[in-house]
Amino acid sequence: MSRRLPWGPMARMAGRRALFAVPVLGVVTFGVFAVAAASPFDPVKAYAGTAGLTASQENLDQLRANLGVDQPLVARWWDWLTSAVQGDFGDSSVMRQPVADVIAERMGWSVLLAATAFLVAILLGTGLGVLAARRPGGWLDRCVSSVAYTLEAAPAFWLGLLAIWFFALKLDVLPAGGLTDAASDVVTFGQVASHLVLPAAVLGISQLPWFFLYVRQGVADALAEDPVRGARARGLSERTVLLGHALRSGMLPMLTLIGSRVPELITGALLVETVFSWPGIAAATVQAATSVDFSLLAALTVLATAAVLLGNLLSDLLYGLADPRVAFDG
Amino acid sequence: MTARSIRVAVAATLATALSLTAAACSNPDSAKSGSGSGSTSAVVGIAYEPDSLSPLLGYGKDGNSKIFDGLLALDVDMKLRPALAAQLPEVSADGLTYTYKLRQGVKFSDGKAFGAKDVVFTYRTILDEKTNNPSRTELDAVKDVTAQGEDTVVFTLKYPYAPFAQRTVLPIAPEHIAGRQDVNTGAFTTEPVGTGPYVLTKWSKGEKLSFTANPDYWGGAPEVKKFTMAIIKDDDVRATRLRSGDLDGAILPPNLAKGFADDKAKKTYAANSYDYRTVTLPTNNKVAGDTAVRRALDVAVDRQAMVDAILNGSGKPAYGPVPTDSEWFTKGTERTHDLAAAKKILDEAGWKPGKDGVRVKDGVRATFPLWYLSGDKLRQEHALAYASDAKKAGIDIRTEAGTWEVIEPRMKHDAVLAGGGSPADPDFDQYTLLKSSLAGDGFNNMAWYDNKAVDAAIEAGRKSGDKAERKKAYDTVQRELVKNPGYTFLTHIDHLYVVDDRFGALTTQVEPHDHGLASGPWWNVEKWSTGNTGDAKQ
Repeated sequence: MSRRLPWGPMARMAGRRALFAVPVLGVVTFGVFAVAAASPFDPVKAYAGTAGLTASQENLDQLRANLGVDQPLVARWWDWLTSAVQGDFGDSSVMRQPVADVIAERMGWSVLLAATAFLVAILLGTGLGVLAARRPGGWLDRCVSSVAYTLEAAPAFWLGLLAIWFFALKLDVLPAGGLTDAASDVVTFGQVASHLVLPAAVLGISQLPWFFLYVRQGVADALAEDPVRGARARGLSERTVLLGHALRSGMLPMLTLIGSRVPELITGALLVETVFSWPGIAAATVQAATSVDFSLLAALTVLATAAVLLGNLLSDLLYGLADPRVAFDG
Repeated sequence: MTARSIRVAVAATLATALSLTAAACSNPDSAKSGSGSGSTSAVVGIAYEPDSLSPLLGYGKDGNSKIFDGLLALDVDMKLRPALAAQLPEVSADGLTYTYKLRQGVKFSDGKAFGAKDVVFTYRTILDEKTNNPSRTELDAVKDVTAQGEDTVVFTLKYPYAPFAQRTVLPIAPEHIAGRQDVNTGAFTTEPVGTGPYVLTKWSKGEKLSFTANPDYWGGAPEVKKFTMAIIKDDDVRATRLRSGDLDGAILPPNLAKGFADDKAKKTYAANSYDYRTVTLPTNNKVAGDTAVRRALDVAVDRQAMVDAILNGSGKPAYGPVPTDSEWFTKGTERTHDLAAAKKILDEAGWKPGKDGVRVKDGVRATFPLWYLSGDKLRQEHALAYASDAKKAGIDIRTEAGTWEVIEPRMKHDAVLAGGGSPADPDFDQYTLLKSSLAGDGFNNMAWYDNKAVDAAIEAGRKSGDKAERKKAYDTVQRELVKNPGYTFLTHIDHLYVVDDRFGALTTQVEPHDHGLASGPWWNVEKWSTGNTGDAKQ
């Protein structure tokens, strides 16, 4: 596209969304604190672990006071929020580390996993979608579509266990989990790459059906439209028609999908990281939740919420760019 | 499309998709590094991961912490030997003062010297109530700890406490590092520095702990230069990775350990333990609190059948917290399985069978709930076997599963299938299990057991410094438990480990209920021999 990007309206939309995000984040963190407080799990028991089974009540009460979980819900939330605004996200009780350290240590690995998986899903989904749309009802279309519907129903952790069973246990070609081999201490590119294959593939494939089905539908619809008929009439090559005309207009609904799949991706990563012992942020979320680690849980929820809001913003921006008829909301 | 062709298509597409992504992501240069091939490295699979590596927060409190040393340590026969102390402590005649002379010339792995100030710092920090150490209760007896010069540390106790020396296997942290940061969340909790045989190189949480040998270790540099503990929660995955050679050793449940019995290159070790499973019979329950019911249940239960069926023979019947092969066990307190005797006890006490076979006394039906931790298969099987044995004697036990959050508020009235066990001293289990003043204190004395004779005996057992006197006291406790069993002890469980043969013949200690990373044949990995002689050094 050679036309100048509409920076002004785009910036205005981003600003408006950012303002809107502030109350959303506030409400979400309060929700997390409230749900965690209402959950039957006891943060002190979780902190003490097996030692708690032999600790005296006095010892446990002191821990409760030290961890600050004897405070009322609203006070705890307000304390957390005010210090979080100043950049202090508190200490994680389950990791025995400041929350900022936990996130810094793990964020990169999660982003690597999620980005690779997302790329796999988008590229593979688009490719297969175009091929399937070219001959609707053909063998490729029927195979891939039926697989896609099956995968849509298959939970990510189940796919993960299946992949471990097949590739790690039966074929023994890929490692079953972790970031590196058990005996290896240094994180090398080769090690990480081979350990990334299974989790990224599983996460990508669990997201694949939506992209595939959207592209297939979009391209198939576009192939029946006037511009494509016109292009064919002008004698353009099938390749140009398919990729230059049909795909471009068929891609539009997928831009929305990119935004709306982000929450699914995060949930999927949660399960996949747990199954593959991937040392990412999602695995920490599970631990934080079951241990009622308020500070860590709230910080991670803020991150997830921000990712979802960003995803939506991104897809709206892309949509606006791709289709000039769509304004940057008002 | 037929079901078959769909299946084929599904498999084909899935395989293509996966291999495509595999090709896209993998680095062609990456060679899978062969693990465990070097004879100076060892990788073991464990099911448990510590929450923190700081001794100040409870890490390694029972010894074998690898990174640290205590003042004392336990040898293979669970006898105390000096570690950071130069010799066993001198105990004053009243049992209130313990004096430790420290080993000279010991350095932390960062090169700084170890001294009395580190010992004082460690104990004082743990005793500080601002420190989030859930095991602080274990040091309740300590009144103060002071340094006398550079090489002597003196502990003064609030009351005479015979097993105190056993508590001083607790690892010592360096004041010059841990003292300068937040004790609860500082970097020391994940990047520890100690005097121990190994230095932590990396802790990848949820994945593994990697250690490298400390070349300047005061006890001699370990031959196993690289030691890795892979944290694998799933038993099947651990067994598979052991079989594939990724691991050199692993802890396994009996059914999976059996699979390695014919493997010539691997040895199976069964570690005896104090790890008991018991049923609490709460004093406040009208049925379970009745002495006749307790005694009847004690003989109605078929412990050997539980060992054979539930533990595949890897364990022993338990009659109290002290295992039958311990020197502290009171011979003659074994109970034989005798259903007729159980029925007789109940008949004589006035518990008469009702129409449905369940006994009744004064309008009270002989029935109570028994809780077990949901998801714990071992406890579930014990609970079901117990209920089924009780049923034959006419006592109706309803088993129910729950998490500790559900179980804890009910412990005062409902029976619980509990577990525990600390081998170092008989006081550790018996005091917290049986002392009436600890009834309902956290998870201590869950049965609200209340027996004056037992109270007096366990008090005498912890106060007296004389071993014969202590033995007499614990004999009294065990005999009282026959007369009024507030708990039905069921089994002591052996812990099974499978380890590669190339490390030679290894040993195990008597293990506690929490068999974390300190247990198993690798309790003394620093003494393992990697030579071809086939014998591990003791």
